[in-house]
Amino acid sequence: MSGFVEVTSLTKVFPNGTKALDSLNLSIEKGEFFALLGPSGCGKTTLLRTIGGLEQATEGFISIDSKDVTFVEPGNRNIAMVFQDYALYPHMSVEENIGYPLKVRKIEMTLKAERIKTAADALQIQNLMERKPSQISGGQQQRVAVARAMATRPDLYLFDEPLSNLDARLRLEARTFLKQLQRELGVTTILVTHDQSEALALADRMAVMELGKIRQLGSPAEFFHRPANLFVAAFIGSTPMNLLRGKIQDGKVRIGSAQIAIPSSVKSAPDGQEVVLGVRPEYLQVSSAQAGDFTGVVKVLENLGTHYLVSIDCEGTLVRGTVPDGEEPKPGTTISLLADPKRTLLYAAEGGDLI
Amino acid sequence: MKTRERKPKLTLKRAGGRASFWMFVIMILAFFATPLLWLVLAPFDLTPRLNIKIPTLSLNNFAQMSKNPFAVHSLLNSLLFSVGTGLLVIFVGAPASYALSRVKFVGRDIFLYVLLLLSSVVTGTAALVPIFLLCLNLGLINTFYGVILVMGGGLLPAAIFILKDFTDSTPKSYEESARIFGASSFQILRNIVVPIIRPGLAVIFVWAFVGAWGDFLVPFILIRDPERSPAAVLMYSFYTEGGQAMLTTLAAFALIYSLPVIIMYLYVNKRYGFRFYGGIKG
Repeated sequence: MSGFVEVTSLTKVFPNGTKALDSLNLSIEKGEFFALLGPSGCGKTTLLRTIGGLEQATEGFISIDSKDVTFVEPGNRNIAMVFQDYALYPHMSVEENIGYPLKVRKIEMTLKAERIKTAADALQIQNLMERKPSQISGGQQQRVAVARAMATRPDLYLFDEPLSNLDARLRLEARTFLKQLQRELGVTTILVTHDQSEALALADRMAVMELGKIRQLGSPAEFFHRPANLFVAAFIGSTPMNLLRGKIQDGKVRIGSAQIAIPSSVKSAPDGQEVVLGVRPEYLQVSSAQAGDFTGVVKVLENLGTHYLVSIDCEGTLVRGTVPDGEEPKPGTTISLLADPKRTLLYAAEGGDLI
Repeated sequence: MKTRERKPKLTLKRAGGRASFWMFVIMILAFFATPLLWLVLAPFDLTPRLNIKIPTLSLNNFAQMSKNPFAVHSLLNSLLFSVGTGLLVIFVGAPASYALSRVKFVGRDIFLYVLLLLSSVVTGTAALVPIFLLCLNLGLINTFYGVILVMGGGLLPAAIFILKDFTDSTPKSYEESARIFGASSFQILRNIVVPIIRPGLAVIFVWAFVGAWGDFLVPFILIRDPERSPAAVLMYSFYTEGGQAMLTTLAAFALIYSLPVIIMYLYVNKRYGFRFYGGIKG
């Protein structure tokens, strides 16, 4: 037991037979902002709810702050959770909503008022205290939900997709705010999200889950630069990574007729091995010479603001690269993209693991 | 565009159809409105008959009624039965519906349907003999709570069924967040679920109140003492010695008897407007 939150061979099987968590191990440090990322149905929300005590573990243990809480009631775990729909009580004012957990815990009146005020100040919702949740905007509702969680002074925050009900612009704002708040409070936080950019932006460390198992664990930078397998590689990054099937031949990766240098991170690649070459569009540069790695006709140009995303048809497969704004080629012209061996990754075609 | 130019012609056949339609509507209206009209007019008539006529205004009927030793008291009894039944239905129905809404067990839906199906039998005429025997053996004959238990028991299955719909539509996350904050099931029910389904509870209360207020058979069988009889049963005794209906007392009593139900509906409609919170949209 080293981490603040320790999950040991946790399995959760639902009564209908679905295995949501499959002997999962996870350790989260004190004060860490940890993100659980994955497609819907991967078990990330179940993991969060089991840590929160809303679901009972089928097998395995959970400990928080070195205390085994596997069979402890959620109310006795000293945690706070912010739900996707915020779960604000419609018949209570904002103030009553924030105060409700304190009322349940029989916190003394003056202390309660003080805590409500501190939380309201921190989230800048002092002027909304008298209103009902239905009378405030989605962004304000989210702040109230966070304030309510904050007022309980928990050891651990659990966030279940708290940003997904906000519109795009507000989400970005709330994201920055949430991270800043977490830094200031220094309270361990677990966030569940299906949005990879949210996880990358917020988390100190994160895990990608698939079918009840953790596929990769690490810092956002590690996820971005070295996805451990094809599943993670396809999931992370706002523009999807190019994943190109090929074969090792004469010390090169052969994809169709193109021959690309083996990534410098790869130590040994036996001839004839079936591989998948992964390269982010951001790391594929247009080469002025014809002798690039991928040559093809420009099919689609997408404006990303500072850059253009170029999709070229390279012997039947689409390869995406980025071009700075102002240097974009015309659709229909033939260009060549150059891969930096320091930035490419090689995966085994069988199993999909990083070589 | 072409169809617009062709206005329907008012043919004789069409006019005939129209006329018979309105005749039909008027007949239906008259059928239902006449008793109501009698209910409003007859109490203020000096000589009420079983027909509708311009009344000779008088409050004599009310004076007549107040001379009946049991009349006012029976209204109070009715109030006791109805409020008691309403409260019983709410206080048992709300936790039961909450539990049935949240706890999944095998055969829950079938259980609910069977409950609903049997409820009409439980207080129905068919079960009156066993209910009478049961109350007799339990010493519940001629008691207030005997009547309240039987009437409430009959209304509960349907009440639970309707309330379950209300509790079903309160988002689960409300209760889950409260659980994480440390609230007990009872606190969640009292602080969160009940306030949210309050309009539903109000509807059920009125429904149970009206049901008990109008129930004749159950108190007729279970109450022996005229001093404990509710208004619905007492009305049955408004006969002269000659076997003639005492229309004077009956008319006044009927109006007063119908007032609480009307007031009740108006109040709930004003207070809650029969609306429902549900979830909050962002």
